[in-house]
Amino acid sequence: MGSYAYVAPGTVAEAVAVLQDHASRNKRAQVLAGGTDVLVQMRTMDREPRTIVDIKTIEEMNRLDIGAEQTYIGAAVASAILNENDTLRGLFPGLLEAAELIGSTQIQGRASIGGNLCNASPAGDTIPALIVNAAVCVIAGPAGERELAAEDFVTGVGTNALAAGELLLGIRLDNPSAKTRDAYLRFIPRTEMDIAVAGCGLRLSFDDSGICTAARAAIGAVAPTVLLVPAAAEALVGSKVDDAALAAAGAACSAASSPITDKRGTADYRRKIVAVLCRRAGAIARDRALG
Amino acid sequence: MSKVQVSTSINEETIEFLCEPEQTLLDVLRENLGKTGTKEGCATGDCGACSVLLNGRLVCSCLVLAVECQDAEVTTIEGIATDQGLHPIQQKFLEHAALQCGICTPGYIIATKALLEKIPNPDEQTIRYWLAGNLCRCTGYDKIVRAVQDVATELASEVRDASPEAQ
Ligand SMILES: Cc1cc2nc3c(=O)[nH]c(=O)nc-3n(C[C@H](O)[C@H](O)[C@H](O)COP(=O)(O)OP(=O)(O)OC[C@H]3O[C@@H](n4cnc5c(N)ncnc54)[C@H](O)[C@@H]3O)c2cc1C
Repeated sequence: MGSYAYVAPGTVAEAVAVLQDHASRNKRAQVLAGGTDVLVQMRTMDREPRTIVDIKTIEEMNRLDIGAEQTYIGAAVASAILNENDTLRGLFPGLLEAAELIGSTQIQGRASIGGNLCNASPAGDTIPALIVNAAVCVIAGPAGERELAAEDFVTGVGTNALAAGELLLGIRLDNPSAKTRDAYLRFIPRTEMDIAVAGCGLRLSFDDSGICTAARAAIGAVAPTVLLVPAAAEALVGSKVDDAALAAAGAACSAASSPITDKRGTADYRRKIVAVLCRRAGAIARDRALG
Repeated sequence: MSKVQVSTSINEETIEFLCEPEQTLLDVLRENLGKTGTKEGCATGDCGACSVLLNGRLVCSCLVLAVECQDAEVTTIEGIATDQGLHPIQQKFLEHAALQCGICTPGYIIATKALLEKIPNPDEQTIRYWLAGNLCRCTGYDKIVRAVQDVATELASEVRDASPEAQ
């Protein structure tokens, strides 16, 4: 057993160099953002000594830019900072409601969207919301920067598309047009502080006559990874997102799911409630977009 | 072995300490610095007993590495009372008997301080949501909520009395 080490690089290039150096020497390094997953892992299921690479000291990782057309959220920006931003809430209410669901006030002060995505839990609450917003992951690595769609970032339970030496820099989002809005709902057995039994995010766009012109739906905690559900979107586009269209979209979400049975719910139950969440979140996104 | 030297401010006092890279802020407060007012409950961020303010934000000190506190400002329960006496939050927790065994109390006091600095006049639902990350197995929460409501009212009236318009 080696021992733990801690580094706090000043720049992205330094962070990449540390990660790359460890990879080339077959030594383990782990990025630390808010630490709300990392520290729990260090205490419980993953005690192997490693180098902790703290990215919070890098200015670029804390960058939050809300432009006229695009929004950029640095990988280490804490959920509490996002939730306090009313402009962001106006643009991406669903993404913020997902970020706000993560843990308690204490957890919110630290937890980042970047960490939620990189941790790649099937139940990660912000992942469906990022996917429906067609978020682009900006990645830095030894070969420079590259971009990847959020739906391609998570590759399995707890695994992501980052290669050795790479880290997530931040998330880029196109700001929605006036008649486009998102929503996210999850179900937990209590009102606060639990992991989703199922979750569903949607983003809907409408024309002036109230017809849905574009839709994205994503489901969480009902498959090994969060899934984009094109069939649910197809059920909504061309409709007024009325009860019948929402029911069809919900059924498409159930059909796309492949849930497990665990202490939080049976597979049958999850398959059923993901449809309910889709219907309800769809109605919320519709009312937001048209409201 | 490979200890790290950290310089930080705890309750407005500059403090230097040596720690292992994997030690949490909670461990260092309690074991290295003898500040045992901050309690360990679950050590996985669920119970809030170890709540402290880190650069003004409410966090669980069990989920912060001590080495992350270089140049930071930390407020613990030991920094809440003054030479003049208990902080009004502490006083109200006593008056309302908002504690029994006391393990969760330092976390509640810190979380309440953070809440009232951000939302001076919270309604009951806001209080319950804001404090959802603090678990108490004794009181049934009701007395805690009453204490927080009472201190909010008291602090608000103090602010009113001190403002020029009140004269
Ligand atoms: C009490 C409690 C309640 C919770 N409740 C919820 C909940 O309701 N919903 C939910 O989804 N999650 C929940 N979580 C899990 C956790 O808080 C979230 O996943 C959070 O968003 C993680 O963010 P972080 O910044 O703390 O990540 P960290 O813990 O710092 O990192 C998480 C993982 O991502 C990696 N990583 C982080 N940033 C980068 C980067 N920029 N590049 C590459 N890799 C990176 C880390 O190496 C690590 O593997 C909870 C955790 C606790 C302790």
